[in-house]
Amino acid sequence: MAAAEYQTHEHDVLVIGAGGAGLRAAIEASAAGVRVGVVCKSLLGKAHTVMAEGGIAAALANVDDRDSWRVHFADTMRGGQYVNNWRMAQLHAQEAPARVRELEAWGALFDRTPDGRILQRNFGGHAYPRLVHVGDRTGLEMIRTLQDHGVHQGIDVHMECTVIRLLKDGERIAGALAYERERGRFRLFRAGAVILATGGVGRAYRITSNSWEYTGDGHALAYAAGADLIDMEFLQFHPTGMVWPPSVQGILVTEAVRGEGGVLRNKDGRRFMFADIPPLYKNQTADNEDEGWRYTQGDKSARRPPELLTRDHVARCIVRETKEGRGSPHGGVFLDIAWIREKLPRAEAHIKNKLPGMYHQFKQLAGVDITKEPMEVGPTTHYMMGGVRVDAETQMSTVPGLFAAGECAAGLHGANRLGGNSLSDLLVFGQRAGEFAAQFAKQHRAGPVDREEVDAAARAALAPFERRADQDGGGGPFQLQAELQDFMQDLVGIVRREEEMRRALDRIVELKRRAARTTVVGNREYNPGWHTALDLDCLLTVSEAITRAALDRKESRGAHFRDDYPKKDDAAGRVTTVIRKGSGGDMQVAREPLPEPPAELKAIIEELK
Amino acid sequence: MSATATFRIWRGDTAGGRFQDYTTPVAAGMVVLDAVHRIQAEQANDLAVRWNCKAGRCGSCSAEVNGMPKLMCMTRLDELPLERPVTIEPMQAFPIVKDLVTDVSWNFAVKRRIAPFRPRPPDAPDGTWRMAQADVDRVMEFRKCIECFLCQDVCHVLRDHQRHTEFIGPRYFVHAAALEMHPLDVEDRTEALRREHAIGLCNITKCCTKVCPEQITITDNAIIPLKERVADKAYDPIRAILRMLGA
Ligand SMILES: Cc1cc2nc3c(=O)[nH]c(=O)nc-3n(C[C@H](O)[C@H](O)[C@H](O)COP(=O)(O)OP(=O)(O)OC[C@H]3O[C@@H](n4cnc5c(N)ncnc54)[C@H](O)[C@@H]3O)c2cc1C
Ligand code: SF4
Ligand code: SF4
Ligand code: FES
Repeated sequence: MAAAEYQTHEHDVLVIGAGGAGLRAAIEASAAGVRVGVVCKSLLGKAHTVMAEGGIAAALANVDDRDSWRVHFADTMRGGQYVNNWRMAQLHAQEAPARVRELEAWGALFDRTPDGRILQRNFGGHAYPRLVHVGDRTGLEMIRTLQDHGVHQGIDVHMECTVIRLLKDGERIAGALAYERERGRFRLFRAGAVILATGGVGRAYRITSNSWEYTGDGHALAYAAGADLIDMEFLQFHPTGMVWPPSVQGILVTEAVRGEGGVLRNKDGRRFMFADIPPLYKNQTADNEDEGWRYTQGDKSARRPPELLTRDHVARCIVRETKEGRGSPHGGVFLDIAWIREKLPRAEAHIKNKLPGMYHQFKQLAGVDITKEPMEVGPTTHYMMGGVRVDAETQMSTVPGLFAAGECAAGLHGANRLGGNSLSDLLVFGQRAGEFAAQFAKQHRAGPVDREEVDAAARAALAPFERRADQDGGGGPFQLQAELQDFMQDLVGIVRREEEMRRALDRIVELKRRAARTTVVGNREYNPGWHTALDLDCLLTVSEAITRAALDRKESRGAHFRDDYPKKDDAAGRVTTVIRKGSGGDMQVAREPLPEPPAELKAIIEELK
Repeated sequence: MSATATFRIWRGDTAGGRFQDYTTPVAAGMVVLDAVHRIQAEQANDLAVRWNCKAGRCGSCSAEVNGMPKLMCMTRLDELPLERPVTIEPMQAFPIVKDLVTDVSWNFAVKRRIAPFRPRPPDAPDGTWRMAQADVDRVMEFRKCIECFLCQDVCHVLRDHQRHTEFIGPRYFVHAAALEMHPLDVEDRTEALRREHAIGLCNITKCCTKVCPEQITITDNAIIPLKERVADKAYDPIRAILRMLGA
């Protein structure tokens, strides 16, 4: 392929991804005076961040003045079962309030307290009302604010353009190769620094709250470029996704429903969450229904209801209820917010006002009126805690000049992310990644890219067009993707076992072989079959990383639950699982000691335990 | 619901195209986007369609279903007569890219022409503002917009008269209203709305309001109040004279 076929762009900082993390990073880098380009797979404003419902966690202490960064820090560490990167957890808790206020200065509007300040709501695992929100469409408010602020800053946005390869000059990052969806042409980006902000991996599973974009591209691109991935065994299953009708299975039901007083019941009408409260949370959890209700209504003397325990725990309790035959008709459990009629005079209006999106979603998609009837819910693949290993201060990966922020970076959340801690993560570490990538790019101009490498990558991407349809049924791209989703769901899901995960690895090997033979029909113009075939490579890499890391962690912790090792293990709690590409191209797993927090942070953790 | 249904989908690109029929199994609770996906996975791998959230939150999956501008992910099959083929075609007010995908980049360019948010100085020494919930609620409706561009698709000024160079369309009047009525904003966009954004071309047919999936009352709540502001401004000198005369 001739070099002339690439449209070439030069930026100082190239940001891959236009969700909250990517946009916040781009704004920061651009403010630092460097030329910034943003690429994204969809149109601007459609990234996952737009779907976030519940809110942004930040210890503003507007609703409860006992809150502070220390409590937020301790909550995040407890939620992550102490395998978080303590420094990231500290920076996150300290800087989130300023990042939220900044959003307001850029035009975001949040719900207010009676005295006119930003209102905050309760969420699982947070000791005090901490989530800044606007109804249940906080993500939309955030992405629109960043998008509108960003476009007036002169950032170049390349929409519907997918990066398929990171390019290096020696050890250092030099750019990226992408294809545009519309015409299928390749584009070559040269940059001094690159920020990955590509989001999650949910499309590796059948039941997920994630859209087609979340195929773990950033994870796979970084891995291929030689960067370390960590914590890949920690994948969050959100306890409440829709279960019926089948076509909406997995779509998220925000935790805010429970924050506003919604309760979980089994088919016998029992609030089963009271039956199993983990020791780490015993002191902070209500032991009767009335106390739980009072907590959701702002009674500071009450403890939180068990429905607001961490997501990993709630998800496993739901699995237990359904497995033991106490589930709802369509294989979930009941989530009931309508019951608050017994407590509040204008409950119906209150629900519609606080949860308008949920009301609409259930009414339209399931024919259920949540102000009158309970919803049916079950766990859905939701959020990847694992990802690119980064330096806490700068967000730089182990590849010089390659940064990562948001869901595709790892460390902050440890074994389990608290609700609301993602949107704040995007702001805090998006800002940091932007700042330090700009700094790096000022010191390092874009290095040369290797034309042969680029040509080889482009040729590989076009190969599915050249191949002839396979006789022995390699399968089309959509079929292969569905197979992968099925076995990852069944074999590396919420409850894991050695033998099943070994089978998953075999299936991955077999699928890789077939993916290398898959063919696509049609031409290069806006061809989803082709795009799916290319996404498949990333999905396979990520699935393998999840499975290998999960096999290696022989204990249960946070989102990672092993049936064959159901207990926590102190020794395992002191290590991080690292995935990297070996010199022979094979995937390697290593265990490395976690950095110890300094004494003053340890003291905070102990004090607030 | 019958076990299969036929979907008459527009296939083609800038060079032209035609409707093609696909028959596929349907089940309870399915939406139009599910059917399109099934057809894409099983019969037409290269069928181009945009989507992201599948829950009416991202505004990607806009198309015309049986001639009605709709989000495909929020249009249930049991709302449609399935005895005859369901037609699905791309939005008509924008240039075609391929199949159900149109070139909506004009919309993003329009937004850049509207003066951005400019807040009043902070109310408190710590750099924060105080706002009443009621003031926030007033603009909340406009901020729900998911940029699906269905309102732009039906507005006759764009769809039939192709006045894209002068007229910004209902989506951007909603955007302008969100900014103008933002409790903190101090920018004045009225002159620009009249001259550069041609708000006068809107003759209040309310077609935009009817199709908005977020149920934003675009005409009554956004466009008419903006028109009033524009009119007030334009007639200011006369008012001033009237006031001088003590009228
Ligand atoms: C339904 C739902 C509700 C949620 N609610 C909350 C909540 O209330 N609070 C909270 O804190 N968190 C919530 N989360 C989680 C949170 O929304 C996400 O973790 C977060 O938005 C991820 O942001 P991001 O910036 O990392 O990436 P995303 O917003 O996921 O954006 C990724 C971007 O990368 C681009 N991209 C990906 N691959 C490529 C490639 N190869 N080439 C070019 N571009 C690429 C995509 O196009 C996209 O623009 C929710 C998630 C979901 C799904
Ligand atoms: S009311 Fe105005 S903006 Fe809306 S469709 Fe009619 S002419 Fe267009
Ligand atoms: S105003 Fe309504 S119809 Fe128009 S773009 Fe926004 S959400 Fe869509
Ligand atoms: S896919 Fe998001 S609105 Fe339809």
